[in-house]
Amino acid sequence: MKRQYLAKKIIQSLVTIFFVLVFNYILFRVMPGNPLAMIMRNPRASQEAIERTRELFGLNQSWVVQFWIYLKHLFTGDLGISFLYRQPVTEIIVARIIPTVLMVGLAQILAIIVGVFLGVISAWKRGSRVDVAALGFSLVTYSMPTFWLGIILIFVFSVSLRWFPTSGMLTPGQSFSSTFAMVRDAARHLVLPVLTLSLVLIGEYTLTMRNTLLDVLTEDYMTTAKAKGFDDNYLIKKHALPNAMLPMITLIAINLGLVIGGTIQVETIFSWPGLGRLMFDALKARDYPLLQGIFLLITLSVIVANLIADVTYGYFDPRVRE
Amino acid sequence: MKLLRVENLKTYFHISEGIVKAVDDVSFSLDDGQCLGLVGESGCGKTTTALSINRLLPPEGIIEGGEIYLESVKLTVLSDVEIRKHRWKDVSMVFQGAMNAMNPVMKIGEQIAEAVVWHQQVTHQQAWNRAKELFELVELEPGRIGGYPHEFSGGMKQRAMIAMALACDPKLVIGDEPTTALDVMVQAQILNLLDRLRKTLKMGLIIITHDLSILGETCDRIAVMYAGKIVEIGSTEDVYDRHMHPYTHRLLMGFPNIHRPKLMPEPIPGSPPDLIRPPSGCRFHPRCDYAQEICQEQEPGMTTAGNGHSYACHFGGAFNG
Repeated sequence: MKRQYLAKKIIQSLVTIFFVLVFNYILFRVMPGNPLAMIMRNPRASQEAIERTRELFGLNQSWVVQFWIYLKHLFTGDLGISFLYRQPVTEIIVARIIPTVLMVGLAQILAIIVGVFLGVISAWKRGSRVDVAALGFSLVTYSMPTFWLGIILIFVFSVSLRWFPTSGMLTPGQSFSSTFAMVRDAARHLVLPVLTLSLVLIGEYTLTMRNTLLDVLTEDYMTTAKAKGFDDNYLIKKHALPNAMLPMITLIAINLGLVIGGTIQVETIFSWPGLGRLMFDALKARDYPLLQGIFLLITLSVIVANLIADVTYGYFDPRVRE
Repeated sequence: MKLLRVENLKTYFHISEGIVKAVDDVSFSLDDGQCLGLVGESGCGKTTTALSINRLLPPEGIIEGGEIYLESVKLTVLSDVEIRKHRWKDVSMVFQGAMNAMNPVMKIGEQIAEAVVWHQQVTHQQAWNRAKELFELVELEPGRIGGYPHEFSGGMKQRAMIAMALACDPKLVIGDEPTTALDVMVQAQILNLLDRLRKTLKMGLIIITHDLSILGETCDRIAVMYAGKIVEIGSTEDVYDRHMHPYTHRLLMGFPNIHRPKLMPEPIPGSPPDLIRPPSGCRFHPRCDYAQEICQEQEPGMTTAGNGHSYACHFGGAFNG
């Protein structure tokens, strides 16, 4: 049964990926702008040169053949050449993955820990001062625009207090005496973007955790568990949380998939050399191959995150395994 | 000594609309090995009475007066920590297992074993063995012990729920609508099972139901509740055959009897009263066929009809002609 469930989910994901590939291909064909003009960048190019380029890039082929070529190249990891950087798209993207994953990963871990904790506390102590405080905090951070929060944090901690640098991942032009010194410098640069992103996520996680836990606490099986004489700690850990975490798993997984694209604001504000900023730059320069590559990566990560959510959900909830 | 004594219990719910007098001055007692049926319409306070015994009320439910004794222990004054030691070990509950009374993401065996581990000094393995024994006792396949609630049918879930309630050899088991939502055949099986277990394990049993018809073969005594009060209490025979309260009479008329001529069961007119502002005098008077002026003005006290049978009505037995 379990293997069947897993196989079904994987097949579903593969089908979705195929549709994404088709869509991703069509999207950039229907966008305005002539690719030849972009590649040539020379309005006075001879007709012969244009024809040669058209042939070189396969633009003289029918769209079916073009799609086939696109697929073939995709499977060999060839996403084309960036107009802006004049480098293979794959190389550019790969170089940007680590900073994004580092920043987003840290922010996610921080937000999950704090958010789940705050949510549990405020649900359990519903109506108390702790609950009101946690709820107020979450509502404020959740509804704050990310870019605005980022700018405020820069203003307070970088400009006024001068505790943390305003932008980048490493201090430019600095040579580091040791790896430790470099890690330290990167850590100082990480604080503000991680804080911005996690503050917003904490709000979301706290609110969801609180609501689902409140629902679970009124379930009949919680009364049964209480009737068995368990103390509060045991009730929460063994009976309430395993049920309340189910919607959280979905939320966390989907957020994991989305954050790569969703960090455009944070990365742009803090000039973080990650994928979000790359996307922003590519968009500004109308760098279609690069954008296409980034879109593909984002959609893939969303699909993979959903697959992970489905599989973990199946692990935690026996009811969905069949 | 009585196994359980409930004396003048008052449990009120403090909600934004006012104070709901869900249980208002309820007294009854139970001997060792005895079975009491607690019957009444939804919202009459029977479940609140049960939850008050184990102090499992939601935060807005408060025991405002009265005492509950389990043997010599006064449960109403225990601290939260102390009452927990009595829950399940001394007084366990069988909820409507067919519904959502079991944790959907935990193996049923584990849900039985965890209670044993919590209350007794045993290893996890011993507790699982105990769970298997209990599965056999309630006539469930011991091989199914690792299953989850959604893999069980309604009747099986109810059996598992009973097994769970017996885990720590309680002195008293309270069944809160233990057969509701089950079909009639399974209902009878579950009631027989409860009856058999009560006799072999010599435990007290309280069955809460809205269906008076199921109590005849199982209970020694029956208490009929209406609007937060016990209106009639007595031996099963007294309540079935010699009942004195018009409400009891109405309840008994509410289901078909194969020994009576074929008649459509008669519903009770009106709806249960608002317990924030209960009717004056006898709380049943607005729906009672025999109500007179005094019923509106004066609350009837308990009248004794002998042999532990008593009722709260100014005109007891008026329906007999």
